[in-house]
Amino acid sequence: MDAVGILPLDVLGGVILLWLVLGLFGLVLQNTPHLISSIIFPLGAIAALVVAGTGLWALGAAPSIAVLPLGLPDLPLHLRLDPLAAFFLILLGGASFGVSLFSAGYFRSMAGGMLALLCLEYHLFLASMALILVADDAYMFMVAWESMALSSYFLVTTDHAIPDIRKAGFLYLLVAHVGAISILLCFGVMQGGHGIGAYTFAAMREAHLSPFWSSIAFLLALFGFGAKAGVLPLHVWLPEAYPAAPSPVAALLSGVLLKTAIYGILRITFDLLATQLWWWGVLALALGLITAVFGVMFAAVQGDMKRLLAYSSIENAGLLLVGIGLTVIFHVYGKDALAALSLTAALYHCLNHAFFKSLLFIGTGSILHATGERNMGRLGGLIRKMPWAAALMLVGVLSISGLPPFNGFVSEWLLLQAFLLSPGLPNSYINMLIPVAAAVIALAAALAAYVMVKFYGIIFLGQHREKALEQAHDAGIWERIGLTWLAIVCVVLGLAPVFVVQHLDQVTRMLLGHGLGNAAAGWLFLAPVDIERASYSPVIFLSAVLGVMLMTALGVHRFYHGRLRRGPAWNCGFPVQNARMQDTAEGFGQPIRRIFEPFFRIESELPSAFDTHPRYHGRSDDRIWFALYLPIKSLTEKLSSRASLLQHGRIHLYLTYTFATLVVLLAFV
Amino acid sequence: MTNNASQTLGILFQLCQSLLVVALAPLLTGWVNQCRAWLQNRSGAGLLQPYRTLRKLFHKDAVLAYNASPLFRITPYILFGCMWLAAAIIPIIAIDLPFSPAADVIALVGVFALARVFISLAAMDIGTAFGSLGARREMLVSFLAEPALLMVFFTSSLISHSTQLPHIVGTFAHHEFVLYPSLAFAGLAFVIVLLAENARIPVDNPSTHLELTMIHEAMILEYSARHLALVEWASNLKLLAYISIGIALFVPYGIAEVGNWGVLPLAIAALLVKLALAGAGLALLEALLAKMRIFRAPEFLGTAFLLAVLGLLIHFLLGA
Repeated sequence: MDAVGILPLDVLGGVILLWLVLGLFGLVLQNTPHLISSIIFPLGAIAALVVAGTGLWALGAAPSIAVLPLGLPDLPLHLRLDPLAAFFLILLGGASFGVSLFSAGYFRSMAGGMLALLCLEYHLFLASMALILVADDAYMFMVAWESMALSSYFLVTTDHAIPDIRKAGFLYLLVAHVGAISILLCFGVMQGGHGIGAYTFAAMREAHLSPFWSSIAFLLALFGFGAKAGVLPLHVWLPEAYPAAPSPVAALLSGVLLKTAIYGILRITFDLLATQLWWWGVLALALGLITAVFGVMFAAVQGDMKRLLAYSSIENAGLLLVGIGLTVIFHVYGKDALAALSLTAALYHCLNHAFFKSLLFIGTGSILHATGERNMGRLGGLIRKMPWAAALMLVGVLSISGLPPFNGFVSEWLLLQAFLLSPGLPNSYINMLIPVAAAVIALAAALAAYVMVKFYGIIFLGQHREKALEQAHDAGIWERIGLTWLAIVCVVLGLAPVFVVQHLDQVTRMLLGHGLGNAAAGWLFLAPVDIERASYSPVIFLSAVLGVMLMTALGVHRFYHGRLRRGPAWNCGFPVQNARMQDTAEGFGQPIRRIFEPFFRIESELPSAFDTHPRYHGRSDDRIWFALYLPIKSLTEKLSSRASLLQHGRIHLYLTYTFATLVVLLAFV
Repeated sequence: MTNNASQTLGILFQLCQSLLVVALAPLLTGWVNQCRAWLQNRSGAGLLQPYRTLRKLFHKDAVLAYNASPLFRITPYILFGCMWLAAAIIPIIAIDLPFSPAADVIALVGVFALARVFISLAAMDIGTAFGSLGARREMLVSFLAEPALLMVFFTSSLISHSTQLPHIVGTFAHHEFVLYPSLAFAGLAFVIVLLAENARIPVDNPSTHLELTMIHEAMILEYSARHLALVEWASNLKLLAYISIGIALFVPYGIAEVGNWGVLPLAIAALLVKLALAGAGLALLEALLAKMRIFRAPEFLGTAFLLAVLGLLIHFLLGA
């Protein structure tokens, strides 16, 4: 292929251009909205698949570089496609392929003008995310980062007629920009005052900062990218923005955009900064653990299905950060094989989360379409009305709960293996910290299963909680294709870990200079270190369980009989039973709220026994919002009202200010 | 002996154990119930009662609620498959079982979790008040019990430098008798987890008839006939699997090496004695303890979790 002279980067550039053109075409087609949904979105999906293919191709190839004749004077735009970028391109392409196909069906009922704008923003969003991954200088990176932030802001506020959504969008934009400033400052620190030419990543790699400035750069990057990923305490925008966004957009925000933040942290920590310090790892580990437990705890008490998934995304961002923190610790102490193992776990989890979370988010879109309801307290029993969506989302639910043989389990397994192999670090405090961290991870994983049983059980199982659900219809054909793709990838990632881990080797080699080596014993067994130490074979596992199930079913029917009668539910003989006797979403989360009571800010209003119109009301809020954000907000308001004393709207006053400023400056110069 | 022959022998051992556990599981439950009856001054239903119950249930016509979904129908089979797999891969009669490398201890915890998630979902499927109540309580109990079990496994993995059960068992079985302080904590935590996960007193009561206090039984109220039989059999297998884990981790002595037919009868005899002792111990515990309120259960299991983590920390502190 190299003989023709086409590099992966060229193909990728073509696709990015294609996405932009498709977006613009959408504007042209605004009078024929059905064409936008049945042609533009599927074409965008095919482009996404090409991106994924290109990523797979570039993963094994040498890094390709391009310099575009655009950009600032002395700083043309640099592009570079290396294995790290290639890995995230696979993730971007694979997940957005499914989401775009789903969108082709989902946005069908939208008005032409709005759909045209959405189509433009959507494809711009995809293109800017691809550009972030291949940017090779700070300017290019920031331009792409900001286009991503802005296009996603407009996507989040698609239903801007609703005041709550406008508010959520504003919060999103605000946190995005605070984060962006921090990233910009981080690049500023890393270029080390060598002029504008030093803003290329190549120059930053050579810069060799002192440990102090490296640490400053790392902290700024952690803050800036952490804001995008939803790391505590910068998570407040996530549970607002994800539910506000249309479901496919929420899928991209959680599935892909969150991973660009992880990409940023990896790129800066391991690629651009030459040396790492051990306490960075401890910091990331601690932040990640707190974020993970916080996210899953709050997910358990949510009543809105998209908010629940948003909190679960916070949990997963925490798990990813734990993996990165562990990698830093091992890498600093020279345990390269272990660093490679934990980085592999983190990357694998990135991939898994991109697929199962996108699957679940677009699934909520199908439910929203079928019922018009986001509140789980008004759903229920949808497995009988939406068998397709129910079956495919079950795959997502089992994956995200970390159950074998699905994909979530593989990354959890790898991460726990990394923890288990940890003893022998020279710092005894870290040695003590690590088993405790493993325990917290196990706790978060078990709680995640609780959350997902609640999510699936309340929405799909039981009786319909509202009469209107009788009319619910299943997902349309495009929606089904999108869901099916994502579900299939979840299953494949769960069953073929050996293959995936082999490919991740390229990335760990690039970042750490060390791979996992031969992580498999034969094609069946995943054995990251040594078959004596640990191994896992999802294929054998699945065939054993399926084999036993089949055998049992056949045996039972052969030796006994298959007689079956339908009747009313027994319910221990209680004659009356209706849908309101089932657990509500609040009811299912109540034990968690009670156990972790100090962490929630609970408001509840209980009716007395004599109320003629009893009303129950309960809320569990985030204490951080009240303890951190509201004080900041009131401080800002106070300061700005002070500053407004200067403003009178008269031109001569402003001229006086200018004059005074000049005089002061002259005195200094 | 050639490698090939030892592999064949390994597969034979595997088959032998698989059949043995599935046949023995109801007997173990019968034994525990019988012991409990003796301790309560009753004559008891006899050791074979669980088999008779299974036979009766298999013969009956299944009744399914009108709105039961396929998920509800398939769950008993999944449950049975998972529990059988779990009980079959824990090395209790021979160390080198060829299926064992497919799932190490972390995957074993995953198997239990998979079964639990399915039974909880099935419980919510019909939409009765008791079903979802049971599902919620089951998940509540397990979100603390599961990490505790994982920590118990971690402690033994750290001692034996492996998460493979055969390797862990091999390490413990071949050592001269050493008392690991970390394992003492882990053992205590494990007993609590065993009680909770198998719906035993003090967390749950397997023979209760009061729906409001049920956990496990509340989830399976809607099952009948062959489905109920499979669920019950799976519960028996689960109890056997947990006791086997206990045996494998804490008293593996007497286990057979593959490639040695001669010690197999001895190994099986040793296993039966250990199972009988463990079952009697379980009955004694149940007779001595009282069932606690549901919201005391998280505290109880929280204790197990902390004990297990303490065990892990002690291993790091003392290196043993």
